[in-house]
Amino acid sequence: MSTTSTRMTGAQALIKALEMEQVDTIFGLPGGCILPAYDPLLESTIRHVLVRHEQGAGHMAEGYAHVTGRPGVAMVTSGPAATNLVTPLMDAYMDSIPMVGITGQVGTSAIGSDAFQECDTVGITRSCTKHNELVMTADDLPLAVRQAFHLATTGRPGPVLLDIPKDVLQNEMTWHWPTDDEVVDSLPGYRPTMKGHPLMIKEAARMILAAERPVLYVGGGMLKARAAEILRELAELTGINVVTTLMARGVFPDDHELCLGMPGMHGTIAATTAMQRSDLLITLGARFDDRITGRLDGFAPDAKIIHVDIDPAEQGKVRRPDVSIVGDCRLVTEELVQAIRDLTASGVKPTDISPWKSRISGWQEIFPLTYDDAAPGAALKPQYCLEELRAASTDDTILVSGVGQHQMWASLHWKFNKPYSWVNSGGLGTMGFSIPAAIGAKAGRPDATVWAVDGDGCFQMTAQELVTATVERIPIKVALLNNSYLGMVRQWQEMFYDERYSEVYLSTDTPDYVKWAESMGCVGIRVESPEEVGPAIEKANSINDRSVVVEFRTDADEKVFPMVPAGVSNDEVLVHPSQEQYRAQLG
Amino acid sequence: MTAFNPHGKSLNHGILSVLVQNRPGVLARVASLFARRGYNIFSLAVAPAEDESQSRITMVVDLESAPLDQMVKQLFKLVDVVKISELDPRRSIERELLLATVEADTDQRSEIVELVKIFEAKILAVGSDAVTMSLEGHPDKLDDFEELLDSYAIVELQRTGRVALPKLDRATRLRVANPNQKGQVS
Repeated sequence: MSTTSTRMTGAQALIKALEMEQVDTIFGLPGGCILPAYDPLLESTIRHVLVRHEQGAGHMAEGYAHVTGRPGVAMVTSGPAATNLVTPLMDAYMDSIPMVGITGQVGTSAIGSDAFQECDTVGITRSCTKHNELVMTADDLPLAVRQAFHLATTGRPGPVLLDIPKDVLQNEMTWHWPTDDEVVDSLPGYRPTMKGHPLMIKEAARMILAAERPVLYVGGGMLKARAAEILRELAELTGINVVTTLMARGVFPDDHELCLGMPGMHGTIAATTAMQRSDLLITLGARFDDRITGRLDGFAPDAKIIHVDIDPAEQGKVRRPDVSIVGDCRLVTEELVQAIRDLTASGVKPTDISPWKSRISGWQEIFPLTYDDAAPGAALKPQYCLEELRAASTDDTILVSGVGQHQMWASLHWKFNKPYSWVNSGGLGTMGFSIPAAIGAKAGRPDATVWAVDGDGCFQMTAQELVTATVERIPIKVALLNNSYLGMVRQWQEMFYDERYSEVYLSTDTPDYVKWAESMGCVGIRVESPEEVGPAIEKANSINDRSVVVEFRTDADEKVFPMVPAGVSNDEVLVHPSQEQYRAQLG
Repeated sequence: MTAFNPHGKSLNHGILSVLVQNRPGVLARVASLFARRGYNIFSLAVAPAEDESQSRITMVVDLESAPLDQMVKQLFKLVDVVKISELDPRRSIERELLLATVEADTDQRSEIVELVKIFEAKILAVGSDAVTMSLEGHPDKLDDFEELLDSYAIVELQRTGRVALPKLDRATRLRVANPNQKGQVS
């Protein structure tokens, strides 16, 4: 660390501090108040990606963080730029994504006077950040930056915002760099618990060996903890089936015989029913979200709960745990594996769960994911397009999704065998997430093939960032599933509002997606029949110097199955019509 | 714990003593957290604590709105929150201050003075047709006083919300009373 006492401006200190925090990319857009910070950027080692909308900068920072595990950084100016960052901040907050947002602010003497491009950024972002700070002097900058990165990346990760007034960037200060201890000491109210309580872990191990119908309920927290390997060890040691939530897809390979896929509102029948009939839910880094539980009083009625999570506030928030373990998921799972080994070595016999597992296999066999094939000459089936895309991809392909029907089909029909190969907006469900997040992901892992799957509704919200992708040379591939509708909303109106379609029709060919893509420097390909699907994907995969948008014209009548309607118990799941006759076998 | 006050309302309340960093905006963070989680606050008092770099917020919270342990856990997620004590009313010393101005013509004034004497309140100001008084004490005592004041025309009334500290445990109290009996615990 630097020990020379150099004088420099706050702006120079900010950029230097970001370099010291190993930031290699900033997604941003300059403006009046943040202008001083953009000058030292010219000589910095940090790469700046100039976006076309500040919301794009935020989602790019998120996509970057999803695939690298490093905090994404977005830097924008004051006022409207800060408010444009609110959606990505809230998204990162809901999905626990490490992110540092830097916003400009009017000069300290002008704060509170309704100055040009002034807004109460700290007030507005208070409830969508893990923490935020208005930095009042240039001298405070190094510690503020260190604190921001510490908070964003430790404990339960999340977005942290630094609001920096213009004069703070312009004033001079003496460079200093706080030590790790100084950073921790400056936050006396922040001491995340990393190690789980040994007695709780021992009790959990005992319960696991004693259970007759156990399920490993695995959430996004296992990806944040980088615990994929130890999870596999735990599952194979115990032979217990694994369900992976929407935020956890890929942490356990879909190809693995123990994997049941995604549970919940649109989850596979096997995954959801296994949770419902279980007598023990081993919950790792998941939070009993309402999309998973369905109606609470009907959720997993016979199950005891072991809840492992780094955030103490999640314990008992939705469902009372029988064993509550606060700690880092990876460290706790390592201890759990050891505790199980110790117990079996000392003579404790694990319960024979093979009857349970064969029940589960029965459900997998009787209720596989299914859809009707397209009639000849009819519109494409979106599931077919995704399956073909997967067949032409590898386990290393990163899939980034928007929000809606296409998201559910992508999560269900894609085979995720590696962690950090699936990027989506779960908790907030932000339409328009896909394209900027895909760009951020590609910027973070430039050697990977990144496919963005989007709906036509979502595409129109943030497609302009494809200009960023072209100009900044961050090529992505987009599978645009165009059904001319806001599909998920249309599905609900069809199923629950008597087919009274209100404001869901978008139009098939306005805009002309291929022309739009080409105007943004991308290759545009339209696919309307099954024979065109394979060749279009092959062509897209062969182009690596620019972005490609493949528009698949899909069937608007397709609905996502399975489905647990809102407010209803998971036992009342709606299956694909062709499987309705086997309903009794779900008992 | 359920308490009944003389007004007939049942108050299922808890008392949280929250030690926070004394920095701008911390109170707003706490209030904002409670608002968005739907936790109801009956009263709140805040001032610098024994260490001036920290403030103590004493909150009386409505346990009908959410379980106390969830409020505590969510509060701990705020980076500026350093320590939280849950004060059991049965094992705490609670105090509150009340100021009131009441209409009083010359006839009523003596009644009011009687009331003030009984409750050990203080008369702060006397006017031709109104009296201002203060009462400091246990919140239940203030509730009783307030109810009796209702029979007069109250011009304006302000309560501070309670502050509380844990009662000294019995051993400490005995040691304080008998300094020669060091180390003896009853």
